[in-house]
Amino acid sequence: MANKRIDDATGVETVGHEWDGIEELNNPLPRWWLLTFYACILFSIGYVVVYPAIPMLSKGTQGMWGWTSRGQLAAEVKAETDRRAPIMAAMAATPLESLPANKQLMEQAVAGGRAAFRVNCVQCHGAGAAGGNGYPSLVDDDWLWGGDLKTIEQTITHGIRQPGDAQTRTSLMPSFGKDGILTAAQVSDVASYVLTLSGKEKPGAASASGQAIFAANCVACHGADGKGSRQFGAPNLTDGIWLYGGTKASVQASVTNAHAGVMPAWNTKLDAATIKMLAAYVHSLGGGEDFAAAPAQP
Amino acid sequence: MDKMIARAAWWLAALLIAVLAVAGAADTGFAIHMGIVALAAVIGLWVSLTRTDYKAVASGAITAPDQSRYDDDPIRWGVIAVVFWGLAGFLAGLYIALELAFPALNLGLEWTTFGRLRPLHTSAVIFAFGGNALIASSFYIVQRTCRARLAFPGVARFVFWGYQLFIVLAATGYLLGISQGKEYAEPEWYVDLWLTVVWVAYLLVFVGTLVKRKEPHIYVANWFFLSFILTVAMLHLVNNINLPVSLLGAKSYPLWAGVQGALVQWWYGHNAVGFFLTAGFLAMMYYFVPKQAGRPIYSYRLSIIHFWALIFLYIWAGPHHLHYTALPDWAQTLGMVFSVMLWMPSWGGMINGLMTLNGAWDKIRTDPIIRMMVMSLAFYGMSTFEGPMMSIKSVNSLSHYTDWTIGHVHSGALGWNGMITFSAVYFLTPRLWNTGRMYSARMINWHFWLATAGIVFYTASMWVAGITQGLMWREYGADGYLVNSFAETVAALHPMYLLRAFGGLLYLSGGFVMAYNVWQTIAGRQRVEEPMDVAPYDAETDRPLVAVPAE
Repeated sequence: MANKRIDDATGVETVGHEWDGIEELNNPLPRWWLLTFYACILFSIGYVVVYPAIPMLSKGTQGMWGWTSRGQLAAEVKAETDRRAPIMAAMAATPLESLPANKQLMEQAVAGGRAAFRVNCVQCHGAGAAGGNGYPSLVDDDWLWGGDLKTIEQTITHGIRQPGDAQTRTSLMPSFGKDGILTAAQVSDVASYVLTLSGKEKPGAASASGQAIFAANCVACHGADGKGSRQFGAPNLTDGIWLYGGTKASVQASVTNAHAGVMPAWNTKLDAATIKMLAAYVHSLGGGEDFAAAPAQP
Repeated sequence: MDKMIARAAWWLAALLIAVLAVAGAADTGFAIHMGIVALAAVIGLWVSLTRTDYKAVASGAITAPDQSRYDDDPIRWGVIAVVFWGLAGFLAGLYIALELAFPALNLGLEWTTFGRLRPLHTSAVIFAFGGNALIASSFYIVQRTCRARLAFPGVARFVFWGYQLFIVLAATGYLLGISQGKEYAEPEWYVDLWLTVVWVAYLLVFVGTLVKRKEPHIYVANWFFLSFILTVAMLHLVNNINLPVSLLGAKSYPLWAGVQGALVQWWYGHNAVGFFLTAGFLAMMYYFVPKQAGRPIYSYRLSIIHFWALIFLYIWAGPHHLHYTALPDWAQTLGMVFSVMLWMPSWGGMINGLMTLNGAWDKIRTDPIIRMMVMSLAFYGMSTFEGPMMSIKSVNSLSHYTDWTIGHVHSGALGWNGMITFSAVYFLTPRLWNTGRMYSARMINWHFWLATAGIVFYTASMWVAGITQGLMWREYGADGYLVNSFAETVAALHPMYLLRAFGGLLYLSGGFVMAYNVWQTIAGRQRVEEPMDVAPYDAETDRPLVAVPAE
């Protein structure tokens, strides 16, 4: 090249090309750069030998250590399963009735139930178990089907309104408005009466008319005093806790088109010990009740 | 005159086809898109008819462009498009960052959900902002380094406007819910076909200009540009082999299914980073850095070695996006080791850029454009180290699917691609509009600091968020139970999402400062301000103290 020259600032010779005023110096490859590049290549060759890497005719090479990503997952899952194993065995061997007596196991059950709750239950009941519209809060003492350990276990195991499960919790409130059992005016009146039960509305002409309608249509499940019935999962209407909203409009909507919420029967997905732990966790959230009848001690 | 009539006939034909497609469209989205195409044809027709110099045509005079000047019109439009799409993309990014922190901002409308605005953001910054920067600067650089005017000037104009139509179709499609569901390749089959036509035209102009060059050798920047144009064409074609449900409908289905589809997608996706955002922008770096510094490229040999190593190794690295998936383990390993070997070839570009400043390091203090270039190369170096590190299986098992990845791509995109593009805009604007200098060098400095601070907030918060997320997902309690629910890991990230949005706000503010500066420069104004490179000097006080003898 004719235009090679020594660059003043660095004392390095140029290559001799020039484009729009840009020249290039003839510096060698930086030694550290080249050595690091070689080191990366050596590392890669070693890695390829150790790990599965080269595609062959039917499958890839297996590597020196027999490592597979599925194997790594299985090992990690097994390690945690093994750590849980003693507690799970103890849970399986302990009847729910005697769980409260075993303080340490009860604590472990609550901890394990908490973990299972976070995977399976938070989607509907919320991370804090406070529920939402249509999903009961599990942190209060207001229970639809009952709040002792055994009852909670039963509800979790068989779910709510699950077809195909003979022991599932089930009941069906009529859609009084939609099915033409009550007129719109009657629905409005009975909603007014219902709201007087929790003091959200002052008694008046509408609620007086509604009281008669309530007595004729609702007491069979919700009781003469409106305090509900756990036998039917019929909510207590006097406590100011509402599953589908406590405004006049939402109570009217519930009477017109009855709700029939569902929950999966978890025995199709979880083992009995995990369900026990879930029951213990839900029981521990604040509203847990004592066993309905004194459990028979073995 | 014949030429003008032929051109008008082409526009009318396009208009007719688009109107027929609207009439027969199988779905609303396709009808709206064909309506946009019809509108583009009407604009084209109107411009053809009104811009023709009828007097010249009548007198038979042939108006030939000045062959002694470079063909810079499409580049001027490109610079304006870069600034415009940059602001649009940064704004969309800030909005979706705020959506992640405050989900109510989804507004409950399908068009404004995160899922639709996110591809709008990524395409606006990568393809609209970055793509226009690449097309404009490649047209600028290839002319200068070949000492030749653009080949096929008409085609070059088609490339610019055709590419803008592609962007508009892609962006409106995302909002309408038209998407292939492939990351960075969301546009549907007909938009893909249109981009193919535009891209082949781009290749034609670029190679045509190289062929008619007056220099004996092809400059390194043009190697990178050519590898970028060719490889992107190949990636685009292979990843978008789709069968449309109807020729008059938007929906199509890919040829590749299952894990093969995933592998093709990430072969595409990673090389979009490698050849669009790395090779293409290295080409810009190889021209603008030595020009702005007024220094020779540090090492010709390094440029050859790192160029060939980079393009050979990059193309294999895609499977590292599919660690711990259904992809066979051997393919995951290969993706990882090619990524690790890619570290030094990537750094070759950084070394060649930074060491080019040998003999001109003082300009970092005095020239805010050089300062931007150096910061850009520094972020390039950081993210091309971080990338190979994150591709290592054991690191990836922590980082994958977390915000660490988001932080990583933004240190590359905001730091490397953004900063080098800004410095290119500041380099090009005074030259293209012949104004001598930018309206304000101090505003460039403001832009530099706003952008740098923004990137620091962004990447630092996403590192913390990503590692927090990765550790919380895998956290087991003493009894062997997972500790956290997914919702809790989301809640834990809220403060980091706020910091990230703040970083984005700073970066966007810098973009507005640039837009104002470019606007004023094009308007021919120059701000009266203290130069940045003069330290105050007072000759009166620059003398020894001498005791005055008492009278």
